[in-house]
Amino acid sequence: MADLRVNIAGLQLSNPVMTASGTFGYGLEFQDFVNLADIGAVIVKGTTLNPRQGNPYPRMAETAQGMLNCVGLQNRGVDYFCEHIYPRVKDLGTNVIVNVSGNSPEDYAECARRIDALECIPAIELNISCPNVKHGGMAFGTTTEGAASVVRAVRKAYKKTLIVKLSPNVTSITDIALAVQDEGADAVSLINTLMGMAIDAERRCRVLSIGTGGLSGPCVKPVALRMVWQVAHAVQIPVIGLGGISSATDAIEFLLAGASSIEIGTANFIDPAVSVKVARGIDEYLERHGFRSVTDIIGICE
Amino acid sequence: MPEKYILDLRLTGVERLSERYYLLRATRPEAPLPPMLPGQFAQLRVDGSASTFLRRPISIHNVDRQKNEVWFLVQAIGDGTLCLTGKKAGDVLNAVLPLGHGFTMPQMPGERILLVGGGVGVAPLLYMGRCLREKGFEPTFLLGFRTASDIIQAQEYRAQGRLFVTTEDGTEGEQGFATQHSLLQQEQFTRIAVCGPKPMMVAVGRYAKSAGIPCEVSLENMMACGLGACLCCVEDTTDGHVCVCTEGPVFNIEQLKWQI
Repeated sequence: MADLRVNIAGLQLSNPVMTASGTFGYGLEFQDFVNLADIGAVIVKGTTLNPRQGNPYPRMAETAQGMLNCVGLQNRGVDYFCEHIYPRVKDLGTNVIVNVSGNSPEDYAECARRIDALECIPAIELNISCPNVKHGGMAFGTTTEGAASVVRAVRKAYKKTLIVKLSPNVTSITDIALAVQDEGADAVSLINTLMGMAIDAERRCRVLSIGTGGLSGPCVKPVALRMVWQVAHAVQIPVIGLGGISSATDAIEFLLAGASSIEIGTANFIDPAVSVKVARGIDEYLERHGFRSVTDIIGICE
Repeated sequence: MPEKYILDLRLTGVERLSERYYLLRATRPEAPLPPMLPGQFAQLRVDGSASTFLRRPISIHNVDRQKNEVWFLVQAIGDGTLCLTGKKAGDVLNAVLPLGHGFTMPQMPGERILLVGGGVGVAPLLYMGRCLREKGFEPTFLLGFRTASDIIQAQEYRAQGRLFVTTEDGTEGEQGFATQHSLLQQEQFTRIAVCGPKPMMVAVGRYAKSAGIPCEVSLENMMACGLGACLCCVEDTTDGHVCVCTEGPVFNIEQLKWQI
């Protein structure tokens, strides 16, 4: 067995496979299918300072090799997480990372500060890239100034590993990545969903309740892979790759492009056990090609 | 809730019941099927369809423990369901099951339970009827169809309880919608379970509420994961937005914000 351990700016992972926010609940929902100790980390649902109802139904549209969603960050707020969910997830046997979102830099920072107090949460992933909320979210993630302002505020409030999740809905994702690196981000993860739309031709109306939504699934993989490669060549901090990964081969492509670890998102909906299969598949690949450690293949594809 | 599984089931039969309705029977060759409750559903993987990405949520239609079979009633309506109904006996059917909360089983002996269905919504009612019968109740089925040739599996329902049908064109049973059947005026029930088009569920809900009868409906909101992770299938309830896949698909009408 190859050495699958990776270190993301101090965050130790038993293997490079994490589950993406909003696609794996709190991990608890998948315990019948997956031994959570067999994956590197679970990134839980986007959490905000105050509870959010999210957008009205319908929130989903199926597309060719993918889906659109406009959930809109439905969650019960950070205090509910700390009180009711944290006690249930702190001993899952894997790293539990909280995805944090907000409407203002102050919101983000306060939410992060409350999570900083939770002993068993070793990292947060800052969501400056949600395309489905009117205020905040992606608005911060689409300009270097906006992204920097959120990371600056959070960095003061949060001492542990700070991952910043980037939006692909920008002209230059490397500029945003460099801006958050400059403000003290420990790692970046990319890509969040691509903004898209679905129209029902028979009913002659928009499918999603708010009109647009975020596209995910295998259809976005080439875009994600390109962006991961570009960002990995531009920044000094670790890059976490995601976007359409549904097999070990997909994951390996991201590692070769320069990702230090990967996240699996929408594929969890099709195969709830895919995350452990990908971890196993990475090991088999390394053995087959004679690599001792997964770190030996990170970024070797120039 | 029973434990959930990802299973490679083996199809034992694919039978066309009417123009658009197919009965898929599947077994688990290596072991007994896990426990499943009436009203729960499975997420069936669709193989070999270019336009279909997600699994399809399909009700548990019946469980035959003797034959170790689970039945699915599938309406071939889009590429995904056409792909499922195009399968043959012997093919693998990958299923995640059992999912969601089912119907409430009556507690009091002698309860009179009415099961109302329309369209493909009749699917979970057969298994509910079977479970009721096994517990000593005699369920009454009231099923609505468009026309006589749409009526499927009448014998299966009759084996579990009394069956009343309506057809919109009057070619069999009473003419009109299920909610207009004279049975509702003639008999008293202690509990109602409904699955079908939303206008039907609203109409039955209205009847149940006016008569003071507890009523549960099974919703069919569009889903992605079926596990409570994606938060796509939400219904607005007295508790806010909740996932139909985990908090439902069966809800008491009092929980819903419908105009009843």
